[in-house]
Amino acid sequence: MVDSKHQWKAWLYLSPAIVLLLIFTVWPIINTVRIAFMEGYNALGVLTGQQFNIGIGNFVNVLKYGDFLTCLKNTMLLTVLTVPLSTILALLIAVALNSIKPLQKFLQTIFFLPYVTNSIAIGMVFAAMFNIIGLSPDGARAESWGIINNVIMFFGGEPVNWINAQSSYEANIAVMTIYIIWNALPFKILILLGGLQSINKQYYDAARVDGTPRWRVLTKITVPLLSPMLAYVIITGFIGGFKEYSSIVGIFGEKMGPVGDAGSLNTMVGYIYEVLPDMNYGDASAAALILFGIILVVTMINLQVSKKRVHF
Amino acid sequence: MKVVLQNLTKIFPSRDKKAGKEVVAVNDFTFEIPDGKLIGLLGPSGCGKSTTLYMISGLQKPTGGKIFFGDDDVTNLPTENRGVGLVFQNYALYPHMTVKQNILFPLQNLKGADKMSKQEMLERAYYAAKLVQIEDLMDRKPGEMSGGQQQRVAIARALVKMPRVLLLDEPLSNLDARLRLQTREEIRRIQRETGITTIFVTHDQEEAMSISDMIVVMKLGVVQQIGAPQDVYDNPVNLFVAKFLGTPPINVFDGAVKDGKLYIAEEAVLDVAGVADQEVTVGIRPEGFVLDENGPLTCKLSSVEVMGRDVSIVSENAASQNPVIRSIINADNKVDVTAENVKYALKAHKVFIFNKETEERIYF
Repeated sequence: MVDSKHQWKAWLYLSPAIVLLLIFTVWPIINTVRIAFMEGYNALGVLTGQQFNIGIGNFVNVLKYGDFLTCLKNTMLLTVLTVPLSTILALLIAVALNSIKPLQKFLQTIFFLPYVTNSIAIGMVFAAMFNIIGLSPDGARAESWGIINNVIMFFGGEPVNWINAQSSYEANIAVMTIYIIWNALPFKILILLGGLQSINKQYYDAARVDGTPRWRVLTKITVPLLSPMLAYVIITGFIGGFKEYSSIVGIFGEKMGPVGDAGSLNTMVGYIYEVLPDMNYGDASAAALILFGIILVVTMINLQVSKKRVHF
Repeated sequence: MKVVLQNLTKIFPSRDKKAGKEVVAVNDFTFEIPDGKLIGLLGPSGCGKSTTLYMISGLQKPTGGKIFFGDDDVTNLPTENRGVGLVFQNYALYPHMTVKQNILFPLQNLKGADKMSKQEMLERAYYAAKLVQIEDLMDRKPGEMSGGQQQRVAIARALVKMPRVLLLDEPLSNLDARLRLQTREEIRRIQRETGITTIFVTHDQEEAMSISDMIVVMKLGVVQQIGAPQDVYDNPVNLFVAKFLGTPPINVFDGAVKDGKLYIAEEAVLDVAGVADQEVTVGIRPEGFVLDENGPLTCKLSSVEVMGRDVSIVSENAASQNPVIRSIINADNKVDVTAENVKYALKAHKVFIFNKETEERIYF
């Protein structure tokens, strides 16, 4: 402990960070809560000195507005699809990476590359891969140019309209799921690999002496010993999932949907961004609070579950 | 199950390719471990004792030589098919499982004909737990137990599948002194009760001597001597073994043999008829000294430590290789603590002479 005579020094050194945090983090949070409960709050009204009623009108507005429910559904769907899948995949890849000797460092680097790449840029590459351009001679079907459809056709399958005009919602979600999982893998692999490398090798020697089958080693030893890292990865995965936005922009652009179906893949963060330019700060703040509430509840559930499952 | 090691050799390739020096961890180890005995592999760190143990377990592959369990050649058998129980130095208990789950774990791995019903497994687990006296700790987790208790769980886990051979790697090194004494008796008792051939590794000679049927003393990958603890103590084949066994350690002197007499610091201390004249190294066990006013060996008295049953006399001699000489004398002898010198006669069977160069024993 710093003795009280010198405490002012500690505060002095901390003050730049505290001041910045107060201005750019704490105040906006408080302000968001305040605005969320001021019905019909908008920038124009502020300028003209309009008085706003206190109430839950903004929340009612947001929830009544059909698009928000679409956004909520999309966000939930993508989160539920991508978090478990990417966690399991990351676990398997991390275990595989950890068990190979040659090229381990090289492969680690490869698997980590997506993490240092801009997600919009990755989205554009994915869009190109799933793209179809141009019409077939009979005009009935689009000619496929994306590598994915090329591969499908090479194996004799029917090309799929993944992301272009008139593409189905299911196809859109499939593309988004693949993209988000791919994008989420590097960080998860990194964390899990770090966790794996800190597990005492003797546990595996002990398991070997007792003739433990591989699958049992994974489920009964590796996963439990990795549980703190798994919990971390899953909780941050859920939080990241509910904040999904830029990945949609990366593939579908700011319209948040295939051509002719704008907004069909919009997410909750996307919704907040969408209402902001209309200076409709009240609705945006209410939506942000709803998002916060959902993340809070989901994280609490996660923590509760992990309390029972995490062993350290 | 008897265990036979035949010319067992393990060479670790050098990490640094340029230096190119490989390490011979175990060199040409041949030994037949009789069925149902407790064997201590003993040596300073880096002598290859743990490597030997891990080769027997199958976790490490020998570079050369063969291992037999009974008449089966298990040299190339994967570890899980050898039927060994291994207790690790740090126990390696699964921290997320209870004691019961830890002990059950090896049984749940069994496949095919060996597969057991839940009831059988529980019975076996409780039998093993009872053997090591931890049956009332079955629902604890390793983190909630003392080192000694964890050690017992580790032994129970190794015993539960009725291994053909039980291997223990430095089983007592993580325990405090009191627990160590108690646990080594436990290991002895458990080994006797189960009759499983048991091999354990230790760097503590007292530990090895106290409970082993036979000890194997190793140095730098080479076996120095194999035998019953008392025989090895009484008849060391070289200076290393003589120095390694015994507390307090053996007293070592520079000496010489001339005309059938052994000289230490110009004094003829013992008749060693038949030994050629030469410079030698002399080892005298602490209990090899006898207080005798007319004794041939004169040492400068430093201090006397009374230990009740015995008296330990600390003295100095110019020819001693150690800073002090420590002798243990029956407490019935009265020692004049004010005297400047103390005079000893020697018990011939507690005196060993060694070749100065090769450090091999010279028998007389």
